[in-house]
Amino acid sequence: MRWMWVDRFVEFESGKRAVSIKNVSLAEEHLHDHFPGFPVMPHSLILEGLAQTGGILLGESHQFSKVVVLAKVPRMTFHSYVTPGETLTYRTTLEEANAEGGMVSATAKVGDRLVAEGEILFAHVNSEQSGSVRVDQKSFVFELLRGILDVGKTGDPTLPVA
Amino acid sequence: MPSRDEIFEKVRETLCDALGVDDDEVKESSTLFGDLGAESIDILDILFRLEKAFGIKIPRSELLPENVTAADPNFVANGVLTPAGVAELKAKMPHADIDSFAKDPKVEKLTDLLTVKMIVNFLESKLS
Repeated sequence: MRWMWVDRFVEFESGKRAVSIKNVSLAEEHLHDHFPGFPVMPHSLILEGLAQTGGILLGESHQFSKVVVLAKVPRMTFHSYVTPGETLTYRTTLEEANAEGGMVSATAKVGDRLVAEGEILFAHVNSEQSGSVRVDQKSFVFELLRGILDVGKTGDPTLPVA
Repeated sequence: MPSRDEIFEKVRETLCDALGVDDDEVKESSTLFGDLGAESIDILDILFRLEKAFGIKIPRSELLPENVTAADPNFVANGVLTPAGVAELKAKMPHADIDSFAKDPKVEKLTDLLTVKMIVNFLESKLS
């Protein structure tokens, strides 16, 4: 399984805001353990989806020239749970950014229903700080999310193939 | 220009949001790392919030210069700051209470210089 917790970006305004969606499916194995007989999308993975959306928003703002890591979640409140068949919309806004990192505000919704809201802080680290394995975040993002950043185009049969 | 009390109130609010502490825990004398339980990553969070609250840019090197004592091997001897080190600290961190620190200038006590009062002092001079 790839650690991708967004399916598609649907809006992207460089350095300002990004909106992505995540379709929750009963085919996802983790839902069968969380919980048996009562499958709900884990809040931790909703947070991960928000962080991926916001992290790519920050990374793209400097053309992925720095390694972006999730540093801190100062505030995140969950208001409801999400079940299979529902589509989560992750909205992130870049509130602050400098050479050291950035802060996004974020909401997760299903339709108009607010599921989660909060803030996520990201830090820029150099390769030494990111551990023994050199992190090539640019290729990570482009390999795993190739096409996803082409906002709204992925899998859209009405658009011509590039 | 906001009064010192107004600055303190905003700083207090910022620290409550960033560190999850209660209002009454934040006093001018509180140290960020010791009393308020901050960790290094919280500094970035605090800087972002202060910038937003006061509508100014705050370079980390102005408010919280890093590795001041590591810049020159003559600044520290046996875990204690030398007079040259103390002088450097005073130049780099004019808003901190270096005089009190200088009475027992152990390197391990350096983080105690980062107090709420230091932030308020810094903002007061920055905003004036």
